[in-house]
Amino acid sequence: MPRNWSDQNIEQMVGNLLRTGVTVSALVVFIGAVLYLIRHGNSHVDYHVFHGEPPELRTWSGILHSVFSLHGRGIIQLGLVLLILTPVARVVFAIWGFAAEHDRMYVIFTTTVLVILLYSLLGSGSAF
Amino acid sequence: MNVLEFTVLVALGSFVAGLLGALTGLGGGVVLVPLLTIFFKVDIRYAIGASLVSVIATSSGAAAAYVKEGFSNIRIGMFLEIATTLGALCGAFLATVVPTRVLAIIFGVMLLYSAYLSRKPRPRAQRNLPPDPLATKLKMNGSFPSEEGGMRPYNVQAVPAGFSLMFGAGALSGLLGIGSGAVKVLAMDQAMKIPFKVSTTTSNFMIGVTAAASAGIYLSRGYIDPGLAMPVMLAVLAGSLLGAHILMKAETRVLRVLFAVVIAFLGVQMIYQGVTGTI
Repeated sequence: MPRNWSDQNIEQMVGNLLRTGVTVSALVVFIGAVLYLIRHGNSHVDYHVFHGEPPELRTWSGILHSVFSLHGRGIIQLGLVLLILTPVARVVFAIWGFAAEHDRMYVIFTTTVLVILLYSLLGSGSAF
Repeated sequence: MNVLEFTVLVALGSFVAGLLGALTGLGGGVVLVPLLTIFFKVDIRYAIGASLVSVIATSSGAAAAYVKEGFSNIRIGMFLEIATTLGALCGAFLATVVPTRVLAIIFGVMLLYSAYLSRKPRPRAQRNLPPDPLATKLKMNGSFPSEEGGMRPYNVQAVPAGFSLMFGAGALSGLLGIGSGAVKVLAMDQAMKIPFKVSTTTSNFMIGVTAAASAGIYLSRGYIDPGLAMPVMLAVLAGSLLGAHILMKAETRVLRVLFAVVIAFLGVQMIYQGVTGTI
């Protein structure tokens, strides 16, 4: 690990991480969109009444199963999950960066943020 | 309307929202939900889910550019994210129990307030404030590239007040599926006396993490529909990237006034439809 690891370094790498995350997720969403529109372009659309998404589009295993069946909507959902995970990855990266700077206080702060994020993603009868 | 027509029209509207949001600095997320609910008759819960996803995309896209310029303060951002993510969790849970009519009314009030804030002149920034003991202990004071060249140092003030406001910003974000950048900037710029440029870029940096905290709950509750979120996310991202690109050359004062009028109009519409129960 570099000796004079500075905030500047961390910020540069965080910038690259965010850019990559957004690009990859947008590409995955786009691929899913092409499949979805080719197959269902002529279907009737109705978002006026809220039904909630079916389990295959709101649980981790359901989304993966849907992706392997090459369902357009499942692939779009995977792209959206990757997008949601991008800021989470950024927080993980920041913990690592502060640890490298031996900044214990900020390792604790950043870990707290990560725990809150994981609670939303994993806890409370949640998606994953 | 079939899926293809709906997708194209929603993408067009979202593109314009993203473009105007970036050009005026008011954020595109704020007009997305009214656009979807009022003009496309989408249930507000689906609209909020799609909007929140697009907020993560635009803020992460923009933050990638900002962090490299050295304006955003990663420590301030990380510390305050404890407040915004906790707030976002509370907001997202509230969103699942609050009736949609009430959501629409809260949304309308928020729109009117944003329109008002965007027209209100900002009080002159106070420079060279003495260091605050708590902010110093939290290592929040920093410096940023100033217009006169060189680095200008700043001392952060009123950490507890900023932290509380950030909790509110997070709750609004989770409740309404918006970035609530305006409240975040208010907390940093007005309460904590952080220079405006540092406040706006750090706020942008925080929006993605805040939104991710409520997105997990939205996803598991079935608020995020891929067919709707797809055109919204891709088009808002494209619009805001283009907006950020032409921002350097464009004169945006007239645009800001126009956009504020549009926001106020949508606010009145949302409140009206919430009260009459047509949403």
